[in-house]
Amino acid sequence: MAEYTLRIRRYDPQSGEAAYWDDHVVDMRPSNSVLDAILYLKGETDGSIGIRCSCQQGICGSCGVRMNGKPGLACNTHLEEAAGRRAGLGGEAEVGPTVIEVEPMGNMPVIRDLIVDMDAVHWKKIRRVTPWLIGKQPVPEREYVVPHENMVDVTQTMACIQCGACVSDCLSMEVDPGFIGPAALAKAYRFVGDPRDDEHAERLWDLSKDPQGIYDCTHCFNCVDACPKDVAPMNQIMRLRRMAGSDFDLEDPNNGYRHEHAFVDNIKKNGLLHEADLLPDSYGGKLHPRAVPELISSLPTAITAMSRGKITPQKALLHQHKAPKEVKRIFEKVEGREERVELNLYIVGYDEADEQSGTSNPPGSGASSDTKPLPEADMTGADERGPATERQDPPGAGEDPQSTDPESES
Amino acid sequence: MPSHDVLIIGAGLAGQRAALAAAENGATVGIISKVHPVRSHSVAAAGGINAALNPEDTWESHAFDTVKGSDFLGDQDAIEIMCRAAPDEILWLEHAGVTFHRDDRGHLGTRAFGGASAARTYYVADITGQAILHVLYEQLMKHAGQLDRFEEWFATELIQDDEGTCVGAICRNLRDGRHEVFNARSTILASGGAGQAYRPTTNGLIVTGDGIAQAYRIGARLMDMEMIQYHPTTLAGNGLLITEGARGEGAWLLNAEGERFMEKYAPNKLELASRDVVSRAEQTEINEGRGFPDGTVALDITKVPRKRTLEALREIVNIGRDFAGVDITREPIHIHPGQHYIMGGVKTDVDGRTSVPGLYAAGEVACVSVHGGNRLGANSLLDTLIFGRRAGEHAAGLVRQTRMPHTPASRVSDSERRIGEIIRRPGGEGRRVSAIKAELGDTMNEYVAVFRDAEGLAKAHEIIRRLKEEEPKAAIDDRGTVFNQDVIAAIELGYMLDVAEAIVVAAQERKESRGAQFRTDFPARNDEDWLKHVDISLNGDGEPVVSYSPVTITRWEPEERTY
Repeated sequence: MAEYTLRIRRYDPQSGEAAYWDDHVVDMRPSNSVLDAILYLKGETDGSIGIRCSCQQGICGSCGVRMNGKPGLACNTHLEEAAGRRAGLGGEAEVGPTVIEVEPMGNMPVIRDLIVDMDAVHWKKIRRVTPWLIGKQPVPEREYVVPHENMVDVTQTMACIQCGACVSDCLSMEVDPGFIGPAALAKAYRFVGDPRDDEHAERLWDLSKDPQGIYDCTHCFNCVDACPKDVAPMNQIMRLRRMAGSDFDLEDPNNGYRHEHAFVDNIKKNGLLHEADLLPDSYGGKLHPRAVPELISSLPTAITAMSRGKITPQKALLHQHKAPKEVKRIFEKVEGREERVELNLYIVGYDEADEQSGTSNPPGSGASSDTKPLPEADMTGADERGPATERQDPPGAGEDPQSTDPESES
Repeated sequence: MPSHDVLIIGAGLAGQRAALAAAENGATVGIISKVHPVRSHSVAAAGGINAALNPEDTWESHAFDTVKGSDFLGDQDAIEIMCRAAPDEILWLEHAGVTFHRDDRGHLGTRAFGGASAARTYYVADITGQAILHVLYEQLMKHAGQLDRFEEWFATELIQDDEGTCVGAICRNLRDGRHEVFNARSTILASGGAGQAYRPTTNGLIVTGDGIAQAYRIGARLMDMEMIQYHPTTLAGNGLLITEGARGEGAWLLNAEGERFMEKYAPNKLELASRDVVSRAEQTEINEGRGFPDGTVALDITKVPRKRTLEALREIVNIGRDFAGVDITREPIHIHPGQHYIMGGVKTDVDGRTSVPGLYAAGEVACVSVHGGNRLGANSLLDTLIFGRRAGEHAAGLVRQTRMPHTPASRVSDSERRIGEIIRRPGGEGRRVSAIKAELGDTMNEYVAVFRDAEGLAKAHEIIRRLKEEEPKAAIDDRGTVFNQDVIAAIELGYMLDVAEAIVVAAQERKESRGAQFRTDFPARNDEDWLKHVDISLNGDGEPVVSYSPVTITRWEPEERTY
């Protein structure tokens, strides 16, 4: 047993008061969940603490909250684990029991205490992506015959429990509330990745032409980190992009397509990113009518950067770096593949023998070299990459985990 | 004042399936749920759904397994209907988008399950219930034009007209505490079981017997209430479910001496005997001192190839890791029998009609009875879908024969006043709701569990009567109207006490051992006296009274039951 201070964010819309922190000390096992502690308090001291909850086993998706700054399910987050995050918050050393701050999720309006309005944000976005199967016609008399691997693959997105943790901490949505967002786009992949669906192209076009669609994600990885079910929403968004840009060659009006291709070309040519080229190339080249206004509008940024010594005219304009042989070989190898390799880090079983290669990753997150049922690639070579979390790096996934799209070269 | 041809209370699998069927048949539909539909407890159904869909399998085989599983208490006409309809229902789900896992050739794959003579359980990893529930909800969104969803509304009571016909319900919008009359030509209860009357239980906190108690209070007959399923593999301590799929994939049960004890109890089916048999075997091992000190036996999933476990049993890998600190792919996990399901419920016919005109029931809230004394694993999802659909279709078919009722708005103020009285209840007079609920749960788990006897049942009944006296004074804290979960918990406590009393009275009545009811004072099955259903209804004084109804036998005469 150990003592924890549960600092719960309370808000009662009927009181006329602003939200406030409500502290309670509990003495529980470190392996008890945050929800155990809240239910204990509701039962013993204050039945008015508002939190949605039901299954207590991480499957109903009701109890999404933020605990010491990180979103997740209260029911499968241990007190010890939540308390451990405190160290990273950079606050002053606390006197007394370790504090666990429990707050409502972000990006959604609070109704009361820890209860947020999911319908106004999360479900509205889900409804945006035509969230039902549009089956291929004619409907077969029996089942659609499709590869097992495809069904296992979309199980990753079926595993989404609609808890909203990814929506809570989506940085893009914070800046642009209209962004369709991680949960709904993962839901969209569930149909685009389903061979029974008849409207892959229409769905991809819909999501790439929408300025708040797949190209509105900034690769921050927050959703991957937040998801309690390993759905890895950002990975699904990147797969939608690869399918839109490479498989269906959809040139969207948001410049997502051209930007990705310009990025890959840029690396292929220079080995290191030459940013001065990237912007104009993303708009069709320096002299392209589309690029000129973009270049002009970026001038203030460039001037500021120059005045602070971040860039020099020489570096900006003359990029001396040339792609070394190793980079070229990576491109040759990846582009030489007949099919794109997608690493699904959610469900890739591996046998005992494979583990001798040594990995500390949790079960299910490892991919072995001899099992590759539609594995899921978690990176694209294009666009700016956020910091990769450790579990994103597939152990033993070959020498080239950051491979670019083979077909994105045009 | 919302008015619909068909009002559905509860939006798990049975409710959503009923809603879709009613809408497809031209009815206007309102579906209300006290939680968002995807939070319904159907989401936790893990292992799969049964159907004799493979060409080499037959519905008769599925039906016989179900009859035998029920210990011959299931009504065979209803079982035949369910098993015949099962293959088409699976295909309907598949076409609607359920991502059933496939075999090597891309056809629907199956896994083995308890009490079944063929591998006929269709599955999506071990999240089958979740996958089906979410796909049905996709269909509700798709058909939003024909279906009105009322999410996070709580039905406070069913309404009857002067003739006793159910004409809708009064519901509270949890978001603002506003009450409304929902008029309906037909009302379908699909609000699930009552697992929270037990502690521990595999059931979520929302599973509080609401529909069973609401129907019972307006005179509906309950049936088979004594038949409470203890699932053989629930986690030590918190009672979380470890899917039967684990044993279906090849896991063993071992006692503390390392013995595969099912060889003694079910030499043919071993771990895949029916649930009542396996749970009794485990409890016997534990009671006779061959369990572990924490009152458990071991489930050894390391027998399943690791790759297969990670792919097909992923959810319990997570549960082992998060809730027991055990990597189930490397070491056995400690489990014991735990409350999981109620075979009984509101008595219905094969179209979901209850004994109250205008009122239907489907899913765990209902008792058709297809499960009789013991439900087979992976038959509950099937039950919800088949009888949910049938109830929805039947109710939609009555639209032209009935007129739209208009309940006076004054009924709303009565309901609001009653709930207002609970909210304004002075604190400090009675025990807390949580304390009464905990005592109820512990009592049921001690005396109305795997093994029962007259003495224990009498004791349980005495405690429940005392708790029922305490309940009207139970203290709550929340005085608000926005998401007042405290007042809802107080109302749910009353429901659970009613259901618990019905369970105990039925268990006292059945003086034999059959299916999940094992009476140590009547250890044998007695077909001569007890091949009949025990029905419970309320008399005018609010006391439960017992009556009987016959078991329908179509082609399978009772025989000795061994696995």
